[in-house]
Amino acid sequence: MRESMEFDVVIVGAGPAGLSTACRLMQQAQKAEREISICVVEKGSEVGAHIFSGAVLEPRALIELFPDWQERGAPLNTPVTSDEIYLFQDAERAKKIPNSLVPKSMHNEGNYVISLGNLCRWLGEQAEAMGVEIFPGFSAAEILYTDEGAVKGIATGDMGVGADGNQKGSFMSGMELHAKYTVFSEGCHGHLGKQLIDKFNLDADADVQHYGIGIKELWDIDPDKHKPGLVVHGAGWPLEKGTNGGSFLYHGDNNQVVVGLVIDLSYSNPYLGPFDEFQRMKHHPVFKQTLEGGKRVAYGARAITKGGLNALPKMCFPGGLLVGCDAGTLNFAKIKGTHTAMKSGMVAAETIFDALSADDQGGRELSAFTEALQNSWVYEELHRTRNFGPAMHKFGTFWGGAFNYLDQNWFKGKLPFTLRDNKPDYAQLKEASECKPINYAKPDGKISFDKLSSVFLSNTNHEEDQPCHLQLKSKVVPVESNWAIYNGPEARFCPAGVYEFVEDAATEQMQLQINAQNCLHCKTCDIKDPSQNITWMTPEGTGGPNYPNM
Amino acid sequence: MKILVMVKRVSDPNVTIRVNADNSDVDLNNVKMALNPFCEIAVEEAVRLKEAGIASEIIALSIGSSQSQEQLRTALAIGADRALLIESDTALEPLIVAKLAAKVIEEEQPGLVLLGKQSIDTDNSQTGQMLASITGWSQGTFASKLEINGDKINITREVDSGLQTICLNMPAVVTCDLRLNEPRYASLPNIMKAKRKPLVTKAAEEYGVDLAPRIRTLKVETPNIRQGGEILSSVAELVEKLKTEKGVI
Repeated sequence: MRESMEFDVVIVGAGPAGLSTACRLMQQAQKAEREISICVVEKGSEVGAHIFSGAVLEPRALIELFPDWQERGAPLNTPVTSDEIYLFQDAERAKKIPNSLVPKSMHNEGNYVISLGNLCRWLGEQAEAMGVEIFPGFSAAEILYTDEGAVKGIATGDMGVGADGNQKGSFMSGMELHAKYTVFSEGCHGHLGKQLIDKFNLDADADVQHYGIGIKELWDIDPDKHKPGLVVHGAGWPLEKGTNGGSFLYHGDNNQVVVGLVIDLSYSNPYLGPFDEFQRMKHHPVFKQTLEGGKRVAYGARAITKGGLNALPKMCFPGGLLVGCDAGTLNFAKIKGTHTAMKSGMVAAETIFDALSADDQGGRELSAFTEALQNSWVYEELHRTRNFGPAMHKFGTFWGGAFNYLDQNWFKGKLPFTLRDNKPDYAQLKEASECKPINYAKPDGKISFDKLSSVFLSNTNHEEDQPCHLQLKSKVVPVESNWAIYNGPEARFCPAGVYEFVEDAATEQMQLQINAQNCLHCKTCDIKDPSQNITWMTPEGTGGPNYPNM
Repeated sequence: MKILVMVKRVSDPNVTIRVNADNSDVDLNNVKMALNPFCEIAVEEAVRLKEAGIASEIIALSIGSSQSQEQLRTALAIGADRALLIESDTALEPLIVAKLAAKVIEEEQPGLVLLGKQSIDTDNSQTGQMLASITGWSQGTFASKLEINGDKINITREVDSGLQTICLNMPAVVTCDLRLNEPRYASLPNIMKAKRKPLVTKAAEEYGVDLAPRIRTLKVETPNIRQGGEILSSVAELVEKLKTEKGVI
């Protein structure tokens, strides 16, 4: 029998959505002079350890949450000074798009180049100072339900279980954390959020969700090349026709830049490797000239929920709410999700606080949340840009981009139709025999690097002796289907080298080897596996990357 | 018997460390910090001694920046009863740390001091030995097993030739090695309780110890990247390579 603890609200995940929920709840409780107990569990070893984003922040939600954010020392150190957008024609050439032709949603005046990890660390401090209990290193492993089927909280994972499934000497049973309301803010494709969407059929009226994978590196560069606040975006090369995505280079503070690539997981060529595309992308003169002579400091990857309004599931269910990227509030047209995630958390907090103030004992479906969110600017923003992603999928980068320019700048997103895109990303993969292998050059060790040295810079670590957290529904599918038909795409789409097809020396049979210790918790495998055979589970708490200012 | 456990805030053993731009030190900006793993073992041992009824109270002591409070809270969550932070904005050398700890020993009169055999950041392995010398207490270093019998303590140490067991008179200073125990996970309720346990902060200057450094760091450099080895097929090939490529024979 597990021990249990009672709280008013339990929040899963200390990201921008979860911490904004916690802060807003406490603010309201203080205003109403009411005691409220809030617990946040976070699987990373500390707040910020698993936070991974570009990031250019639109500060709208932060200003609403903490109007005095400057006095409180929020780490928004670098205002955006200029925007540059390129269309990459090939490995050498690029066309700079004049500002007037850029979709409005891509303009960044008033925004900041930030480290979202550091912003979350700061939000965590604010929340703790108000009395929120934050527990890093504790993963929410399962959802707990009442007999009536309402969510009543979560259970943290057991610690000290060996790879064979037996308890080790250090075994510590997980705990049940009960709450009147539980808020799920795990980020993109959370393993509990996924179960909730399924169980409560939350996506019944929504389009199929779409995802991207974002890979980025943090570099120390030559101070002479550093232009704090310069924001560079690009599309086109190295991605082949039919593959959507975009590259970025942001100049932050302290002579650091982040360089990255987002690739839509709707890509069809199984030979494509997002990691390899990113590595070769950096050799384009637009990036190379900045990076050359610099030093790579950190590396990471994370999936992105990008289906927008069309794919947004219902976000309330008995006993809880789904917020931020766990639901999919990212504004893909702006390629920003922090402000909408934060705002969705704040609206969730207000809804829950209203309920608790009316002496609600929990377990109800807070449908007021749906209405409150629809009346907020999050909905307006997502509605305006609902066609952006589907247009790119349907018409490609160029014509899709042209459509988006007209849609966003001329019609303000008010065109009287909605484009739909209902084929899941994993089903887009073509058979290897129909596709051309992509020949990626070997990394040069200066601008481009191999996977293992990259994973090393994510500081990822998992206790070695524990059950594999990447579970296969079928043991034969990886070889009989994924390898035989798709040439083992998991070895390529995993940005951390977790999946390797190796030949067994004795039998000369191909087999899938899972190096779970390398996992960056990006969730791409759970999304893109063409057989939908991989299930991402939470490993032992504190496992995973230890991102610095990512 | 009171036990004093010394703990240090260090960079997390799982993160990569790099040298800063002007080669004056390692760059700890944005680096995740943690409780030194050997110190964690020392705390665990103290808690086990208390659970066995041998110790009555565990005091965790850290000497360092104000953020070291986080590591003291970790020690409290594992089971220490109260904590003392001697705060200093500058990094203090092992000798100064040992002198400050000796002052705390005078005040607290513990029967046993436990600390890690070394910290994983600077790997000095000096504080425990210096502390034993300053206090004149018995010294047991690199303990992989520890047994207390009345006023004697048996320490098993891993040495090159095997295991060495020594018997010390109490009070003693004991530094803890990797295999002494496997620290427990701090449980959620214990982490919550730890937030309410007493933690006192004092300034290093209050102790009348000269804090001036005696060691000057000239330069910090990244070690050379190790070149990969090569397996040759014959002795003749080796001789040939030594002659032509390396020019050593």
